[in-house]
Amino acid sequence: MVSTKVNLAGVELKNSVMTASGTFGSGKEYSEFVDLSKLGAVVTKGVANIPWPGNPTPRIAETYGGMINAIGLQNPGIDVFVERDIPFLKQYDTKIIVNVCGKTTEDYCEVVERLNDEPIDMMEINISCPNVKEGGIAFGQNAKAVEAITAELKKRAKKPIIMKLSPNVTDITEMARAAEAGGADVLSLINTLTGMKIDIYRKTFALANKTGGLSGPAIKPVAVRMVYQVANAVKIPIIGMGGIATAEDAMEFILAGATAVSVGTANFADPYATVKVAEGIERYLESQGFKDINECIGLVK
Amino acid sequence: MSKVKMDAVIISQEKIAQDIYSMWFKAEAIASEAKPGQFVAVYSDNGANLLPRPISICEIDKVNGSLRIVYRVVGKGTDEFSKKTAGDKLSVMGPLGNGFTLKDKKAILIGGGIGVPPMLELAKSLECEKVVVAGYRSELFLDEDFKKVAPFYVATEDGSTGTKGTVIDAIKANDLKADIIYACGPTPMLRALKEYAIANDMEAQISMEEKMACGIGACLACVCKSKDKDEHTNVNNKRICKDGPVFDAREVEL
Repeated sequence: MVSTKVNLAGVELKNSVMTASGTFGSGKEYSEFVDLSKLGAVVTKGVANIPWPGNPTPRIAETYGGMINAIGLQNPGIDVFVERDIPFLKQYDTKIIVNVCGKTTEDYCEVVERLNDEPIDMMEINISCPNVKEGGIAFGQNAKAVEAITAELKKRAKKPIIMKLSPNVTDITEMARAAEAGGADVLSLINTLTGMKIDIYRKTFALANKTGGLSGPAIKPVAVRMVYQVANAVKIPIIGMGGIATAEDAMEFILAGATAVSVGTANFADPYATVKVAEGIERYLESQGFKDINECIGLVK
Repeated sequence: MSKVKMDAVIISQEKIAQDIYSMWFKAEAIASEAKPGQFVAVYSDNGANLLPRPISICEIDKVNGSLRIVYRVVGKGTDEFSKKTAGDKLSVMGPLGNGFTLKDKKAILIGGGIGVPPMLELAKSLECEKVVVAGYRSELFLDEDFKKVAPFYVATEDGSTGTKGTVIDAIKANDLKADIIYACGPTPMLRALKEYAIANDMEAQISMEEKMACGIGACLACVCKSKDKDEHTNVNNKRICKDGPVFDAREVEL
């Protein structure tokens, strides 16, 4: 029997596998396929202080080994979320990580304060969405802004704060260090890479938003490299993501330095992907003679 | 109602028109739950083609636990499906979406292009007075299947069969009257039918289409503007894959 438990800023997860924000809603739709209690945590789709309608359609397009999306953070706002989605997730034996989005620092603060007294475990702050004009990535591409918003949220948050970093920067370790300096408890990376697809027959952009975030297996090597770099630059734990579809993919991130991993786009190709990854990690640990997954974290130097 | 993702086994496949294929596959768990107007998500065996292809259900055989899909080859995914033969596996999830709400009202069933196939199972399921109007560019398909279940009228763009013009031209030319329209087809056709239904004080249920990723209502890719607040986000953005694909025409913006 191997131990798959990991600890993220004092929160113990039964295993390393969680969902990548935005690909899994608040778990309800996927609960028809997988038992959410088998996951280390469910990371919800981003929620703002008020409902956001999102971008015009088409919002997605398939690309080679991946997809680009520009959903635009459509979400019901914190009021509906607190009333409907948190009670739903509380039925399961899994940790709840709420992804928070906003247009201004005040927006983020409002949501964080609303969540403080809710029965959730952690908050993941999205400062890296490439698909909204204000907020989102505007906070995530400048080290001073990353540190400032992290510090501002840490002053208010009563739960551990995860800062979700963008890969669309010159040096991601600079942003990671800034988040750490601002007091972040955990980092998650990577968000999507800004991409574009042209429809050569309609002679226009495949997405109404023109650009979108590239995700899926195509981005995995970039994500693994960035997790490795950040793991060597900061002391706080990392949630690794970007193209994870199998347990073997997940182990690359863990060996590179991630404590936990998120499965995102793979859910679209296989609604059972999250649980398959969790089960596959156990088999990997056994077959490789590990007793505890913590032996693997950052093993590759 | 439950949906599953499974490996179905192909029973038969044939090309029935230019780029149009008809496939029967065995998928008991999906067939037993399926209703007219619902769709399935079909997955590529090639990991480079990540997302499932939403394809409407053309016929449901509950006795044999099988489903028929009739689809057009438009890209790499559908091209791969078209090369499969009897005995091959087909990775498929379903049944998805809400399907048509069957009313006991005199009906016109309208399909345009690759929106024609889902009207077949609907035509077989409706026991009331009904006619079918199908619009094609030129070449017909499924016409013999429809003729067995309902009076069948055709519109073609080039006038090679039936009325030259649109499905509405065919409705007018044949002086067809009804209390309800059920329709599936390209957006310009659905837009025209919505106007026609409002002008003639008819109910209209239309089946819509948009690029999809998850197929089950989680990713919010395939939304359409709706008159009412949507159940998920309260922002008048209904999810085509989950709240639809069939909507009351008056409830959605086209």
